[in-house]
Amino acid sequence: MSAPRAPDPPAHVPAGKLLRTLASAGAMAGLLIVVVWGWASPIIAHNKALALQAAIQEVLKQPERCDTLYVVRGALSVTPPSGTDLKTVERVYLGYGPDGRRVGFAVVAGEPGFQDVVRLIFGYDAATHQLIGMKVLESKETPGLGDKIEKDSSFVGQFRTALAPLVGVKPERRQPGDRHQVDMITGATISSRAVIRIINNALARLGPMLEAYSEAQ
Amino acid sequence: MTRQATTPNQDLLRGIWRENPVLIQLLGLCPALAVTNSVANSVAMSAATMFVLLGSSFLVSLLKRFVPGEVRISTYVLIIATFVTLADMTLEALVPTIHKALGAFVGLIVVNCIILARQEAFASRRPVGRAMLDALGTGAGFTIAMLMMGTIREVLGNGTLLGYQVFGAAFEPWVVFALPPGGFLTLGFILLFLSWIQRRRAEQARVREWPEGVGERRAA
Repeated sequence: MSAPRAPDPPAHVPAGKLLRTLASAGAMAGLLIVVVWGWASPIIAHNKALALQAAIQEVLKQPERCDTLYVVRGALSVTPPSGTDLKTVERVYLGYGPDGRRVGFAVVAGEPGFQDVVRLIFGYDAATHQLIGMKVLESKETPGLGDKIEKDSSFVGQFRTALAPLVGVKPERRQPGDRHQVDMITGATISSRAVIRIINNALARLGPMLEAYSEAQ
Repeated sequence: MTRQATTPNQDLLRGIWRENPVLIQLLGLCPALAVTNSVANSVAMSAATMFVLLGSSFLVSLLKRFVPGEVRISTYVLIIATFVTLADMTLEALVPTIHKALGAFVGLIVVNCIILARQEAFASRRPVGRAMLDALGTGAGFTIAMLMMGTIREVLGNGTLLGYQVFGAAFEPWVVFALPPGGFLTLGFILLFLSWIQRRRAEQARVREWPEGVGERRAA
């Protein structure tokens, strides 16, 4: 009886064929992604612009028109200096009422909250140091708890009349008449404290520029 | 070893219930637990997963003769990642609010084991038509599981269904169902319920098959 025959070794695949396969798959993937990106990119940019416009309208109480100002070298400028990267330059928005009077600045700012970075926009009157409104743009705070910073109307409503700098207090410790104080949300202390910190830090950084621009015009 | 032949009907229906990827095979649990806190999120995630399943099954089955075994996994992952990128861009363009709510979980479809498993186990060995039927059935099964979880969690955790109030103003939502532990609880209850139904059916079948024997055992 003869010994059992050893199985045939697997067919050798040349390295060139493996490379060609992966390169073709990569090229096809790249082509598909570029085609769809060409279609989606303008729509995504348009959606973001619409969302920002709606947020500015909300926090500045429906201004008649808005100017975009660029933060360049510690000052605000209507036109950015040549060579400025428009994709990264920080912007603030100045709203005007129907009579052409300024209603305030809308400032976008973000810092870490409880789960992730909270991005918000707030309206601010530099002459009176009064906040005009606040809207959360992006947040991954805990549903049902931390997300009250955008859903709790009594919390959000406080930012329509409060004065900067803000001080977060527990509701039972609030002193009547002190417009610097903002009631924090029970069960969402870290998130509500983050909102107050974001606004205070943004105003500490940009406040002097906003005031200087208001006085100069 | 001979491959067990299946009919097109079986290829389509298998993934919907008998081999449901989430409820029976317990695959793809990451999105099932993470984004099912509302029905709208569940629908969007299911649609994105279905799109990726159909697209990648089509291409993998179509190109199976040209892809050497040595680089098949890399090629499948590349194909899957391409369709996930397309789904991500499309969702961001068409439904930006839902895209924002789904967060990183759209990108994580690339590593959803349901999809890679179907490519490796089925699409890479069968004709395009069968691969598409299998993808459609598996996608439908995933959608059913996501909708079951999304409905329960949104109703109990938020008191709404598709954003509309279900209970009166006096209802205090069970917030835990909107949180990650609620995903585990809901999946656990659904699996418990399905297991109970399965055992009950098996018991009934046994009674039908051996009525006298069962009677004797009961009497004893």
